[in-house]
Amino acid sequence: MKIVVCIKQVPDTTNVRINPETNTLMREGVDSIINPFDMYALEEGIRLREKHGGSVIALSMGPPQVESALREAISLGVDEAVLLSDRAFAGADTLATAYTLARGIRKIGKADVILMGRQAIDGDTGQVGPGVAENLGLPHITEIRKIEEIGEDKSIVVERLLEDGYVRLKTSLPVLLTVVKEINEPRLPSLKGKMAAKKAEIPVWSAADLELDTQRIGLTGSPTQVMKIFTPPRPSGGKIFEGDVQSTVAQLIAALRDAGIAIGQKKGEA
Amino acid sequence: MNYFLTEDQQMIKELAAKIAKEKIEPVAAHHDETGEFPWEIVKVLAQADLFRVFIPEEYDGLGGGIMEMCIVVEELSKACGGISLAYAASGLGTIPIILFGTEEQKKAYLPRLAAGEILAAFALTEPDAGSDAAAVKTKAVPDGDSYVINGTKQWITNGGEAFIYTVIALTDPSRGPRGASAVLVEKGTPGFEFGKKEDKMGIRGSATRELIFTDCKVPKSNLLGREGAGFLVAMKTFDQSRPGVASQAVGIAAGALDKAVAYSQERKQFGKPISSFQGIQFMLADMATQVEAARALTYQAARTIDAGARNVAKISSMAKVFASDVAMKVTTDAVQVFGGYGYMKEYPVEKMMRDAKITQIYEGTNQIQREVIALQLIKESLQKKD
Repeated sequence: MKIVVCIKQVPDTTNVRINPETNTLMREGVDSIINPFDMYALEEGIRLREKHGGSVIALSMGPPQVESALREAISLGVDEAVLLSDRAFAGADTLATAYTLARGIRKIGKADVILMGRQAIDGDTGQVGPGVAENLGLPHITEIRKIEEIGEDKSIVVERLLEDGYVRLKTSLPVLLTVVKEINEPRLPSLKGKMAAKKAEIPVWSAADLELDTQRIGLTGSPTQVMKIFTPPRPSGGKIFEGDVQSTVAQLIAALRDAGIAIGQKKGEA
Repeated sequence: MNYFLTEDQQMIKELAAKIAKEKIEPVAAHHDETGEFPWEIVKVLAQADLFRVFIPEEYDGLGGGIMEMCIVVEELSKACGGISLAYAASGLGTIPIILFGTEEQKKAYLPRLAAGEILAAFALTEPDAGSDAAAVKTKAVPDGDSYVINGTKQWITNGGEAFIYTVIALTDPSRGPRGASAVLVEKGTPGFEFGKKEDKMGIRGSATRELIFTDCKVPKSNLLGREGAGFLVAMKTFDQSRPGVASQAVGIAAGALDKAVAYSQERKQFGKPISSFQGIQFMLADMATQVEAARALTYQAARTIDAGARNVAKISSMAKVFASDVAMKVTTDAVQVFGGYGYMKEYPVEKMMRDAKITQIYEGTNQIQREVIALQLIKESLQKKD
């Protein structure tokens, strides 16, 4: 089985702040990490290989420093890694990113399962996974919490997480899946993995290496424009109603009505 | 601080530190309270290849030595001196197989120990044979192609959890200590059972248990080293394992120092953090200085062994004595810096103080270590006069 895991290098947003004057990320001194959701995708990819054999290839698009994220993926147990890097890819939105990654996956060839995190913690869009699948003409299922079974007949049964439960879905390989953190507990790197990562040669593919339409990559291929980034103001004030349920609900309704918010009337009320 | 570690040693240190922080620290209090053996952590260490670091490459190890083992033990002990012992004691049990094992014995056990599939243990102590190790009574009487083992070993770390045990027993009781041999015994061998599990002051996440042998028959091919060389095996093993105990002590002390420094900046009295008071500052300064000195001596001992020096008993004992005394002092002072909170189980430092105490006692009490050091000094002095 050939498994491709797409990963993204992101700033460690647990430490990142936004400059209130310029509304841009303050990246100084902030570490770059593998998008945490992608760590679950890497773990699931490695588990699939452990169970079904084959190989796992990590793929990422980004500037040259993303190589460190791919080396980390190798230290976790991924067999190979490929970096898509070219000035022409810069400024890509989710549409152009999905297109470029899809061309990379096509060049890798013959992927049975493509895994990704449900979303990246910097952009939070969750669009790239489905976008890649559409570009490749493959089925996709997002927010997978479990891969139940992959059959001899190349069928796959998964559990997709919903807000109040889950749904079991069956489709056929090849398939693109995005995973949620409930799916597994990512492993730590091993020493052998770290040694392999140190030695690994990571090929860098440029736009010229991929058969692609240059109008669909980078800034040119990106219809999305970021108008403004800002920190939402923290909600302030608030009022706590005290007492039992009956009285607090009554107080809340009265307060909402006082604030001019139209809410349901009791039967018989005007 | 630059400890002049190689690139690989630095990598080992970083990975062990990550496991200590992310996996061990969150469960340290649980294992201290329940005394459960930390198999889940053993699995993490195995998966990370940490059991491979001090095992030769031809047996699936990574070819490092005592220094690599010490680096791992120190980092793990910063988070929990009890959980780290599962690893360190398996190291103690592995060393005699590396040093004295035949090719068959090495092939049988080292690859599985390297993979962390099984743990090892070393069994010398008996109820009446502690510091006076030569007083062991357990017998391994030759009987055709076998030895028949009878007797009881006490306070054996990893007892019941380990798979392979190096047992020191008398193969020729008429020769006294010169009749002792080292014999490998696998868990599950008929006649080999586990007795009382000890309820301990500290290192409570580790297993300390009796080994009971009743007509336990093992093949003669399980002999480690030659017949009659049991104490040589034991002493050479301890020479190499004592820096491991020293590292455990350094780790416990360093962990306590970190907690004390952090707490001193949070805790306010008289309107200021207590770290602004000279009384606390001097304590922290002394604690940090002692930890560095203990680490330096421990690394010196480990590097001396790995360099292949012939006589390492003295430096090895010095590291164990010094580091364990430092651990006791530094953890006691850490409790003092925490004040009343330090005495409470809700805070981590009282556990560190309890964990530290054993390092002054086991693998040869500090009094016995000092005797080893003194005797060696006298011997060296006499050799100079010749």
